Amino acid sequence: MSPLLEAKGISYRSGGRMLIEAADLSIAGGSFTIVIGPNGAGKSTLLRVLSGEISPTEGEVRFDARPLRSIPPWRLAHGRAVMPQASDLSFPFTVFEVACLGVEGIGRGLSRGERQRIALDALEQADVAHLGHRNYQTLSGGERQRVHFARVLAQLQAGRTVETRQVLFLDEPIASLDLRHQLALLQTAKSLAQDGLAVVAVLHDLQLAAGIGDDLVLMRGGRLVTRGRPESVLTPELITEVFGVSLVSPILPPSPWTLAPTATRPLATGAP
Amino acid sequence: MTALALERDDFRSILHDRRMILFTALAVLLVLVSFLGLGLGATGVPVSRILSVVADALTGRVATGGDALIILQVRLPRLLLGLLIGGALASSGALMQGLFRNPLADPGLVGVSAGAALAAAATITLGDRLLTPLLGPLPFSALPVGAFAGGLLTTLGLYLVATRSGRTSMATMLLAGVAFGALAGAAMGLFSYLSDDRQLRDLSFWSLGSLSGATWTKVTAVAPFILPTLLAMPFVARGLNALSLGEAEAFHLGVPVQRVKAIAILLVAIAVGASVAAAGMIGFVGIVVPHVLRLVAGADHRMLLPASSLLGAALLVAADTVARTIAAPAELPIGILTAAIGAPFFLWLLLRRQGGVAL
Repeated sequence: MSPLLEAKGISYRSGGRMLIEAADLSIAGGSFTIVIGPNGAGKSTLLRVLSGEISPTEGEVRFDARPLRSIPPWRLAHGRAVMPQASDLSFPFTVFEVACLGVEGIGRGLSRGERQRIALDALEQADVAHLGHRNYQTLSGGERQRVHFARVLAQLQAGRTVETRQVLFLDEPIASLDLRHQLALLQTAKSLAQDGLAVVAVLHDLQLAAGIGDDLVLMRGGRLVTRGRPESVLTPELITEVFGVSLVSPILPPSPWTLAPTATRPLATGAP
Repeated sequence: MTALALERDDFRSILHDRRMILFTALAVLLVLVSFLGLGLGATGVPVSRILSVVADALTGRVATGGDALIILQVRLPRLLLGLLIGGALASSGALMQGLFRNPLADPGLVGVSAGAALAAAATITLGDRLLTPLLGPLPFSALPVGAFAGGLLTTLGLYLVATRSGRTSMATMLLAGVAFGALAGAAMGLFSYLSDDRQLRDLSFWSLGSLSGATWTKVTAVAPFILPTLLAMPFVARGLNALSLGEAEAFHLGVPVQRVKAIAILLVAIAVGASVAAAGMIGFVGIVVPHVLRLVAGADHRMLLPASSLLGAALLVAADTVARTIAAPAELPIGILTAAIGAPFFLWLLLRRQGGVAL
């Protein structure tokens, strides 16, 4: 099968600076790709180019063998969802309404009730169903992030009625989450990848990246330094060279945490 | 499992019920206020008489009596103009707030009305001098067109100034609005300096805002601009909902962002331009009405835009009824009244925001 997402020689220049330089990248369905690198390496910009939000100054991105630019936004939205780094809402939408934004206009032949069911399921998956009536503006940063995760899950679920080859982009999705929700979110994303989605995430936690990614892309200064299996990317030499830190142990241990099976619901606060 | 199912139905039915109640209440309010507007004044007219006069007029019979004349030639056009303009101002406020992703945006506050008024003034003074000798007297509909152009230019300018790479800065927008307003004020001053007596009176009318000049001519000139825009507004509601997440997020959700923004700007400019042309600058309706509705029924633009039209229409007619009865037989310009209520409300909004969302 052709790669789901393919970038050829993409560069992105803004304000005289090269934010991404001559990057080649192909991403297959069913894989969990994690982009790592120090601040300012161009990780978020890479995600913005790959998701079609900005067009590369040079080169081309193809989605399912079609040039990304030629796909109309509504069509693209069925096969690609993006969870933003942080998102403020200027109006008092409820959590349920925010999740519903993910399914409005997405999917074919879905009734209003089915859309709302998809949104509710997604809220449960992201462990924010108990916040459904709450005003989004009153939520904490972590809760907001989980609501947006629910929103993109809903979008993908609705989009699946039209487009089965899908990509999920996550830009630092766990930045403000507690440990349990970090793991839960990444595991949900992982299982989506196992179901055939391509998941592309920017992460700062190298240990979590090593534990959960199939494929790591290491960036520095707008360039892709290397990509491959976690053990081949996260070598002590490369970590020292790119991040400027030394490992205490000779190799990076994978994530030492796993979700406790009993802790699925009771931690949710505020539930009636 | 049952608890969960219950919870699920909850979400839907609460949303649904609330909207039903809201729109029913708004419709009742609108009817009530309309009867007050027709009945109250220097000559009081009872509801039964209003009904028979209107029924007579609708069935083509010639109405007789002074009160019939008052209702058909004075109060009815004024009522309709108030409904149209109130609906236009309130819903364009809601539309602008969605467009700028900012609950403090308002056509009056950020200079769009001023731009429209300036263009209308220019149409009067310059049109009289330059065009009338060539084309004869300008029809009244030249004013809404001129005001629309002014409103459009101001909205576009505002958007360009306040938006950098997809993010609209609230501070920049409000300050740019002040600058635009001042600029328009200066130009208005210049026009009033150039004007003759009649033109001067027309100009001062714009800066105050009033429905007192309502005639059937104005109603029929303005309705073709306002009614279609009110009906078209809900079509950008879904786009505005998505836009409140941010432009990139709206794009990711499949919304044609640039098109939605262009349509929203156009609709605001038409609605505000037509309103300003017919009644001058009436401020704060566009900020008070959507805000109250958001408190009551949430932020969904599919509810907010039509509900704003209804509540705005009711509010402006109510305010106009007060404006022309409170100091009868003299009349208070309605712009003064809406500012007297709206400005403190706006200050309260600002103070309340201090703790929460930053500027």
